[in-house]
Amino acid sequence: MTAVGVIFSSMNEENIPELSNNRTMASVPFGGRYRMIDFALSNMVNAGITTVGLMTKTNYQSLIDHVGSGKEWDLARKDGGMILLPPYVDQNETVVNTRLEALKGIIGFLQRRKEDNVVLCDCDGVARFDIQDILNFHEEKGADITMVTHNHSIVKTHYYITLKSDKEGRVNELRINPPAKGKADVYVNVMVINRNYLINLVSNAIACGYTSFGRDILAKNLDSMKVYNYKFTGYYGGIKSMATYFKHNMALLDKDVRSELFSARDIYTKVKDSAPSKYGDDAKVSNSLISDGCEIHGTVKNSILFRGVKVERGAVVENCILMQDNVIGENAKINCVITDKNVVIRDRRTLSGCEALPYFVQKGMML
Amino acid sequence: MQRKKECVAMLLAGGQGSRLYALTAKIAKPAVEFGAKYRIIDFPLSNCINSGIDTVGVMTQYEPLILNEYIGNGQPWDLDRVFGGVHILSPYQGKVKSSWFEGTANAIYQNMHFMKMYNPEYVLILGGDHIYKMDYAAMLKAHKDSKADCTIACMPVPIEEASRFGVLNTKEDGEIYEFEEKPKKPKSNLASMGIYIFTAEKLFKYLELDEQNPESSKDFGKDILPAMLNAGEKMMSYKFTGYWKDVGTVLSLWEANMDLLGDEPAFDVSDDSWKIHSRNPLAPPEYIGEKAKVSDSMIALGCEIQGKVEHSVLASNVVVEEGAYVKDAVIMAGTVVKSGARVEYSIVDEDVVIGENAVVGAPKDSGLGLDEKGCGIAVIGRNTVVEAGAKVQPGVIIDAMSNIK
Repeated sequence: MTAVGVIFSSMNEENIPELSNNRTMASVPFGGRYRMIDFALSNMVNAGITTVGLMTKTNYQSLIDHVGSGKEWDLARKDGGMILLPPYVDQNETVVNTRLEALKGIIGFLQRRKEDNVVLCDCDGVARFDIQDILNFHEEKGADITMVTHNHSIVKTHYYITLKSDKEGRVNELRINPPAKGKADVYVNVMVINRNYLINLVSNAIACGYTSFGRDILAKNLDSMKVYNYKFTGYYGGIKSMATYFKHNMALLDKDVRSELFSARDIYTKVKDSAPSKYGDDAKVSNSLISDGCEIHGTVKNSILFRGVKVERGAVVENCILMQDNVIGENAKINCVITDKNVVIRDRRTLSGCEALPYFVQKGMML
Repeated sequence: MQRKKECVAMLLAGGQGSRLYALTAKIAKPAVEFGAKYRIIDFPLSNCINSGIDTVGVMTQYEPLILNEYIGNGQPWDLDRVFGGVHILSPYQGKVKSSWFEGTANAIYQNMHFMKMYNPEYVLILGGDHIYKMDYAAMLKAHKDSKADCTIACMPVPIEEASRFGVLNTKEDGEIYEFEEKPKKPKSNLASMGIYIFTAEKLFKYLELDEQNPESSKDFGKDILPAMLNAGEKMMSYKFTGYWKDVGTVLSLWEANMDLLGDEPAFDVSDDSWKIHSRNPLAPPEYIGEKAKVSDSMIALGCEIQGKVEHSVLASNVVVEEGAYVKDAVIMAGTVVKSGARVEYSIVDEDVVIGENAVVGAPKDSGLGLDEKGCGIAVIGRNTVVEAGAKVQPGVIIDAMSNIK
């Protein structure tokens, strides 16, 4: 079965407003050299999907800068490839807000495609989904819709869905924002749906004046629609808050997580041709991920350094996520800090947060 | 009107690089890894694109597989162009005759039709075995300003080393009055860097003449340049004073790698104003483990370091296990140094496995295993397995795909 990918670049931005203020969820940096969208795109490409529609809403300059023509993901193609789908806005309308409105805006795109299925995917999760396996499951079950879930403790966010399913995997209960108690099969915002089925659903929904894909379509029609639950059992890093953002970045320091995500070396990202990182005479680095272009003269422990970070002599960086082109001055000490791009921490400064509430420093700040 | 390129670059990448021994057993010298993430050819290619020259013919002959794959469509260097771009030029079979490239001049001669496709005014000839950053546009401007027929890039070298090079004897204004190929008694210390800009019509003329000369060895330094000089063509020198290193020997390749280290490295690859482009490994950031100790080193993406690494250059996806020790070493992509192993003063090629407690090389200052040039570097060719506890003596060269017990 063939499939076309559709990526929602802006959904769930409310989870991490600090990082998504000036960028889409899709372009939030992750794991030292990636952006969130790299996982969604790479998973699709690795499943043989060669056409991916990329839906944008607002603030998508950083996203466009990152994905470019799609060539880093082998998606610069004559037939299909990466297709940007910016919001379609009438003079009298406002920019789309809901998933359903967004889908309405790309009906034309969906109609022009010829693939059997559509893989809908948000950019709030770090995982190596085997989309080919999900498609096979979808076909075996004869499903109209397959929703991918991961069993974990519910974390309260502005919008989340949990599923219950029978032995066959058919969903018999779908709850939106249930009380956050205990574990559940939480929908991870990855869905397979037959293309024509999706077109009909969206067209009918527009006619009926529906606004919510989850509430008005899925939850109300579980009897008539064949909705199946694909239980993903691998590592899933859902970005639901700054604390979970911190946690799932740090999880990469665990060999098993790193190995699951990266050992196949098939997560693609934009390359910047930075030089390899350099470690000085006095560098003391332990249990850390260091990207290219870094220059380290100080101490770095339990941290993740993005491209081009400079850690000066005597500086101590612990439990930090430092994004692109940071400079940590001499003898500065920082602990549990997340810095956005181009931050400068001056000599001898001390900054500290905690794991549950990492201290966040905005893009371009000089402290 | 025919579309044209002002200047086309021709990169000679066919040499075997026999003085790198095992390191070029399976790949052409320009494809040898350098500086943790680069291959030697990244330097001339990056220089071209950074100098605004976007049409490059790469002449390959010896073991071209990896080189061809690496260059691909030229996209990593922005050399995938609608008109122009990088093109691999292999020896080919012609209707009248077919032959391998015989000498540097013949390689260019056989690709005359390639150059003529672009109707260039100038042709830049480059080698594929040097590490340097050079603005060819400035050299081209000097060539045009002086109205020369040929301009040769050169740099001052210690006079005692000059006899290893082609030496230029020049007048005050830089005009060359004599060219001596590897002279026993050099009259000047200006060494040719093997980088030439020719006014295209002159180049084509002298290539034709040289081809008709049965005595010719079909070499630029030995034949073309002297012939032009004798015929009274205007030949200028262009002095270059930056870092330039021939990496044609094991020792010079090691030295050039080490020149990248230190706070103020002799050669800086991190300069954003002159980026060295390369095909990048698809790897996560390098992981430096709990017990690792990394100092004075350059480490590429995808490495997993649990051991101790000092004053070394490690390419992508190298694994150094706990208890292993790497010092004064150049380790190329995908190599695994298992726990307890020691690698010192060595060059280890791609995808080598160094078994537990194995010992490769000896401390640099031990003075062991020196050859006649004073080099005691141990070299291990690609895909070799050094079994657990095995020993590779300093100065020894292990061929590719060996198994050392």
